[in-house]
Amino acid sequence: MSLSKIKFDKKLVLSFWIILIALIIAAPTILPVFRLNLLGRYLSLSIVALGVDLIWGYTGLLSLGQGIFFALGGYCAAMYLQITSSSEFPNNIPEFFALYGVEKLPFFWEPFRSPVFTFFAIWIIPALVAGLIGFLVFRNRIKGVYFSILTQASLLVFFNFFNGQQKLINGTNGLKTDVTQLFGQMVGSESMQRMFFWVTAILVIASWFFAKWVVKGRFGNILIGIRDDEPRVRFTGYNPVIFKTIIFSIAGGLAGISGALYTVQSGIVSPQFMTVPFSIEMVIWVAVGGRGTLLGAILGAVFINYAKSLVSEALPASWMFIQGGLFILVVTALPEGVLGWIQGDGPRNLLQRFGLKRKIETYPSLEINNKEGNNE
Amino acid sequence: MELLLDSLFNGVAIGSVLLVAALGLAIVFGLMGVINLAHGELMMLGAYTTYVTQLIFKLPVLKPFYNSYIIVSIFLAFIVSGVVGILLEKTIIRKLYGSPLETLLATWGVSLILQQFVRSVPLAYGSGLVISLIIGLFLPTSFPSKIKESINFKYIKFSSWIFAALTGVLTGSIISSSVSKLSRASARNVDVTAPSWMRGQVEIIGTAFPKTRLMIIVITLISVIAITLFLNQSAWGMRIRAVTQNRKMSDCLGISTEKVDIITFGIGSGLAGVAGVAVSLLGSVGPNVGGNYIVGCFMVVVLGGVGNLLGTVLASFGIGIMTDLIGAGRLLSIWPDMPLPLSNTINFFATTSMARVMIFALIVIFLQFKPTGLFPQKGRMVEN
Repeated sequence: MSLSKIKFDKKLVLSFWIILIALIIAAPTILPVFRLNLLGRYLSLSIVALGVDLIWGYTGLLSLGQGIFFALGGYCAAMYLQITSSSEFPNNIPEFFALYGVEKLPFFWEPFRSPVFTFFAIWIIPALVAGLIGFLVFRNRIKGVYFSILTQASLLVFFNFFNGQQKLINGTNGLKTDVTQLFGQMVGSESMQRMFFWVTAILVIASWFFAKWVVKGRFGNILIGIRDDEPRVRFTGYNPVIFKTIIFSIAGGLAGISGALYTVQSGIVSPQFMTVPFSIEMVIWVAVGGRGTLLGAILGAVFINYAKSLVSEALPASWMFIQGGLFILVVTALPEGVLGWIQGDGPRNLLQRFGLKRKIETYPSLEINNKEGNNE
Repeated sequence: MELLLDSLFNGVAIGSVLLVAALGLAIVFGLMGVINLAHGELMMLGAYTTYVTQLIFKLPVLKPFYNSYIIVSIFLAFIVSGVVGILLEKTIIRKLYGSPLETLLATWGVSLILQQFVRSVPLAYGSGLVISLIIGLFLPTSFPSKIKESINFKYIKFSSWIFAALTGVLTGSIISSSVSKLSRASARNVDVTAPSWMRGQVEIIGTAFPKTRLMIIVITLISVIAITLFLNQSAWGMRIRAVTQNRKMSDCLGISTEKVDIITFGIGSGLAGVAGVAVSLLGSVGPNVGGNYIVGCFMVVVLGGVGNLLGTVLASFGIGIMTDLIGAGRLLSIWPDMPLPLSNTINFFATTSMARVMIFALIVIFLQFKPTGLFPQKGRMVEN
């Protein structure tokens, strides 16, 4: 994607934002609580999609392990909620521990008594873990598909760990949050869910601006440089390892925030968040929306998940077919995603094909050079 | 001694399953650089082929030969998965050479579709579809070259596809009417029962080994030998190696790279089918059976060094033996009075899932020192 394509029609963007904000403000009054809750969940998923877009769309790192950071964020939030609402249970520890005969709180639960610690842990712990994994991988110049495979393997490591440790974090059952208390109210209650929707909506917009700020300027240019031609970036004197590690941990932090928001709205965090399919789904949201377009990631996450819930309600068996077809279609026919297609030459090409718009003559070699540059 | 033998055997048994599953992947990924996430689902197709073959061999006509169904199903599974793989290559993967990440996503889509296909289409009609694919793909190529070069060949091709479709529908309905178990779609797991000569155990040097495990080791051994011979001795094997080393040059020297791609991918997918037969002997067969193996297979290939069969063999046996050592807590029985913290740690990891955690962690650590695996490809390129 060349820089010239990131030209926005100012009026269009402005009207889009007005509509979006109006919708978000209107949503709690229009939608029934069930749908509002779903929308809130999908909006929180769009934050992790933003992270995927930063690392994949801008830096060219296809991570298949974003579920790790997503689930870590969720676990942080759930541990805090469980521990603060455990005063009536034996030993003042969450209820499930009694099932496995654990009487003393495992040591790593202790800090989660503090709301301040939890507030930071939700995004710093995933970011640190991502930074560590990223650094170990990038340091060896492992990249491309090897990076993808390694992130997937790390995902399985975390999945198996969380799945197998009943005595530490309730294993495969996960941690429930909907019957816990926050600010003296039940987390699963209607008013709390409405509040979480607002928080999510605000955080989505905030992370969008943050991501926009990250990819702007020289830092963003280096990211795009790494995506398009990493050796050249290295030979120019930059150390790609640092930039890749930073952007990977930013994406991890965003995933953590997203996971925490998703957990409180869905009422449970479990190792299911770390399954292989879920992490690959995150990639497809971005791919459909348009990689390298931050807005595309948000829209992709929200729309695909909404479509998923609608289709699964109507025809449960067909969603897998649709999803599989979507993967193939996007990769073969729409490599730039829907938004990328709209921002690029897609609509004009379509109109030209039907003779509605005059063909624009371009200098052929310019196009060819451009293409070659993109494909390395 | 007995303990050691037992442990070694278990490790080799685990490793041989991994190896037969990873072999096809090593070829597709190692030689073509294609990430095939549908590999697990091709294995699943092989496992289901075994199941279908078994039920068909229970029919009165074939009943006398029931005991040999497993041998037949190995060949059938190879053909079924191979043909599906070839179709995959011809329709999707061919468009995506040179962009591995895109291939990865597309093949993931294929794997979702295959999983759901097995769930929602009756196996009888599924096998009918596969039969029509086999006929449709291979009938046109079997004509003499004189006919192939004629202008009317496209009509012949078209009519052969119609013939294939009709045969597929016919066989599908014959199977569904004669084997009632296959006539309805079901998401439930099915079980393959080994023929009587494969049940029970064999005693070697005082230790009992289950026969199915031995059978898997034999299947693996034969596959490895066959594929090594094919790659190193046959003309097509030579062409495949040539294309792997330098695609453009091979193309210039008159090797049809397109054909080489199809053959490589077909063989890799076929081996996945063979792996499916092996897997079906171990447990029940379901739509997700392949997904359990796929990441392990990739780890084997990465650990062994891409494009190196010897590395793949060593890596899978290494992982197998390590899995057994850690997962069964063998170190404890070898050294019973080790210090408490150490034995606690070993006990902590002595479950199947925690052994997996440990193995993957060890692999990641290993890759810190040898990022390109045990046997890296030699080359001077900055980028590959």
